[in-house]
Amino acid sequence: MITLTVNDQSYTVDVEPTMPLLWVLRDVLHLTGTKYGCGMAQCGACTVHLNGEAVRSCVTTVARAVNQKVITIEGLSSNNTHPLQRAWAEEDVPQCGYCQSGQIMSAAVLLRENPNPTDQDIDDAMSGNICRCGTYQRIRKAIHRAASLQKEGGVQ
Amino acid sequence: MSSTTYSRRRFLQTGGTLTGGLLVSFFIPASAKRLGEKAASADVLFVPNAYLSITPDNNIKILLSHVEMGQGVWTTLPMLMAEELDCDWDKISVEHAPPGEPYKHTAYGIQITGGSTSTWSEFDRYRNAGATARALLVQAAAQKLNVPVSAIKTEKGFVIAGDKRISYGELAEAASKLPAPTNVTLKDKKDWQYLGKPMRRLDAKAKTNGAAKFGLDVYFPDMLIAVVAHSPVFGGTVKTFDASAAKAVKGVRDVVKIPTGVAVIADHFWAAKKGRDALKIDWDPGAGKSFDTVSQFQEYKKLAGTKGTPAGKAGAVDEAMPKTTKKIQAEYIFPYLAHATMEPMNCTVKVTGNTCEIWTGTQMPGLDQAAAAKILGFKPEQVTLHTQFLGGGFGRRATPGSDFVSEAVQVAKASGKPIKLVWSREDDMRGGYYRPAFLHQVTIGLGNDGLPAAWQHRIVGQSIVAGTPFEGMIKDGIDATSVEGVNDSPYLESIPNYSIELHSPKTPVSVLWWRSVGHTHTAFVMETLIDELATAAGKDPVAYRRSILKSKRHLGVLELAAEKAGWNNPLPAGQFRGIAVHESFGSFVAQVAEISIDKGQLKVHRVVCAVDCGTAINPEGVRAQMESGIIFGLTAVLYGEITLENGQVKQRNFHDYKILRMNEAPLIEVHILESGEKMGGCGEPGTPPIAPAIANAIFAATGKRVRQLPLKPADLKQA
Ligand code: FES
Ligand code: FES
Repeated sequence: MITLTVNDQSYTVDVEPTMPLLWVLRDVLHLTGTKYGCGMAQCGACTVHLNGEAVRSCVTTVARAVNQKVITIEGLSSNNTHPLQRAWAEEDVPQCGYCQSGQIMSAAVLLRENPNPTDQDIDDAMSGNICRCGTYQRIRKAIHRAASLQKEGGVQ
Repeated sequence: MSSTTYSRRRFLQTGGTLTGGLLVSFFIPASAKRLGEKAASADVLFVPNAYLSITPDNNIKILLSHVEMGQGVWTTLPMLMAEELDCDWDKISVEHAPPGEPYKHTAYGIQITGGSTSTWSEFDRYRNAGATARALLVQAAAQKLNVPVSAIKTEKGFVIAGDKRISYGELAEAASKLPAPTNVTLKDKKDWQYLGKPMRRLDAKAKTNGAAKFGLDVYFPDMLIAVVAHSPVFGGTVKTFDASAAKAVKGVRDVVKIPTGVAVIADHFWAAKKGRDALKIDWDPGAGKSFDTVSQFQEYKKLAGTKGTPAGKAGAVDEAMPKTTKKIQAEYIFPYLAHATMEPMNCTVKVTGNTCEIWTGTQMPGLDQAAAAKILGFKPEQVTLHTQFLGGGFGRRATPGSDFVSEAVQVAKASGKPIKLVWSREDDMRGGYYRPAFLHQVTIGLGNDGLPAAWQHRIVGQSIVAGTPFEGMIKDGIDATSVEGVNDSPYLESIPNYSIELHSPKTPVSVLWWRSVGHTHTAFVMETLIDELATAAGKDPVAYRRSILKSKRHLGVLELAAEKAGWNNPLPAGQFRGIAVHESFGSFVAQVAEISIDKGQLKVHRVVCAVDCGTAINPEGVRAQMESGIIFGLTAVLYGEITLENGQVKQRNFHDYKILRMNEAPLIEVHILESGEKMGGCGEPGTPPIAPAIANAIFAATGKRVRQLPLKPADLKQA
């Protein structure tokens, strides 16, 4: 039995410690907002926060998350109030939407550590996340917008 | 903080006996909730047509005959309806329609999302549906208030007569008892309040908080996960297999043989995948084992040296060619391309007695329903299909043979279990249904005026529709999707003698439509050749096109893109530009690409795009699709290539089938030319021009013509 804390809720799961966190989240806890895209740290669709750091949950064993704090897209904010979620809607970012949980989770760490990112900072932080629909330009814009929203509204 | 203990195994054993509010609510699957909603539809009072329902609390539900895969129909089709219904935009909820007669494509006659057709093909139907409902509501109000219909206005979901305001919801029941009007008048374009205005996406919220349900997110309590071992060679079959090690993997529930391979069924994906890795399978690779892409192109080259099936002809090329003084000869090679949708293929199937339920993201729900029914020996009505959000389509989720849906149904049938079939990224990458590989051979004879006097064009590549239920699309031996963009090129009008011929060899590799289909290669050939002709004539590429293009709409976007890009102004040192213009799916798109080459690396700085789709229903959606199409095409220019050796696909995942990333994404500017002409689509037409625009810019930089995609390092060196 493995106990882990996801979005401030504690769960005990009966899985092998080497199982990737991604599949525990998706197939055992049914928190399906975190997506599978490649399974080998290439696309970022599976990005979650582990103690505040963005990690690729497809290559993070569930053992690494034991007694750690995991936040998924479902736990990023209540009712889409995170500046990134607001900015994403205002800039009409999502297309198919499949990559966007991972994009937002990556961007959230960037914005926390760097409240005023430049385009270069954004490229550096976000180039591990693939969007097959090609929403990159809107993601860039939305991150800038979220940075302003964050300033206006204070840090979440 | 609350605490939950959960074991999949225990859950399966105890089924519904789990108790505890949080646990129960946590495990109510979204899909079951939806079913519950449908069952409880007694409170839906007014269903004036198959697309729309209004509840007493004035909520509007709109059913989509087309599926949302990123292109924005979740927003555009409701805009069409809302315009005529005059409802409150914020009260709209949207759902995918089930398979059914009313939802068949207005032009194609089957239920399909494809060909960049959703908006124009529904332009009348959705507006009419909204107008019909509005007419009934107005009539109900007139009766209730005892005023003439002419005294009634509508606004944001309310009927207004003098100082009286009644919500549509309150009128819904009365309206539902009235006979539908035989005809309704649609609004004049000048009175539009939603159409032509940039509207934000209605699915944005669900797609930023994890709530949007894709096929891969489907879950219900007794569902298991299936992963299939496919033959490493196309067309291979299982000789024998040993499942003992697979069955020993914790969490594996069953192993079954199906026509396409061996399925491992487990509690979760991880166990299923480990189980699959542990399978021992002896494959009979069949005839496909000797296929490789290098010899394929050698074959294609030979074929191109022989006469093909005529696809287009004017004058007499054979006579005119020898008389020309200058010739341009070119051979082009285009590889197989994978769609690589972000969400890999998947499908969930539950068979109960004589009914079957399917959850998946599909562009052709009706065909998939029929395919499932056939496998099960059911009638289509016995199969319910719930379309989920598609994590990308690009044509991949429109297989005439229903490949992944059929496979999932086979697994459910063979195992007797409700399963979600999941393809890993590797399965998806190696699973076929690629944009076919193509080779073009072109000989152009120039007249003394520098214009093409004779044009011989041979195309070699596999037919997409041959051997599928869509085979009837082949006319006189020509699959139009192999030659579109060449045999309807606007330049042909100015070429007195031309001959276009096609060879359609068969291969073991399955092929399919890939965002913009034939235009993916034909636009490249035509637009780089025209550029080459301009150079040969000593003319500026824009001026040359202007001199031989007669099509007003091509010229319109060409001029707009050139103007907005500042075509005649110098670029910073080291930067170069190229232009291309192409029509596909009824829309006209021109793009100017600005590039530089630094240490053998291509950088695309900016792309200026002009589009004429007739009427832009949602300009923001049009812009988004152009941006998306450009990135999609640019990915293919830089990286897209599926190769085979000994019958096996070499690429596996995103490390060897690269997708453009943010640090490589250019600035994109989209300018819409609102021509008011016949409407075209937007999902695909943004893709074709980018590759030739880039290649033409590379020529400006290096003096070398690009003849093969994706780009090779040598293409970026100086001539
Ligand atoms: S699924 Fe984890 S990085 Fe792609
Ligand atoms: S929105 Fe479709 S992959 Fe990013």
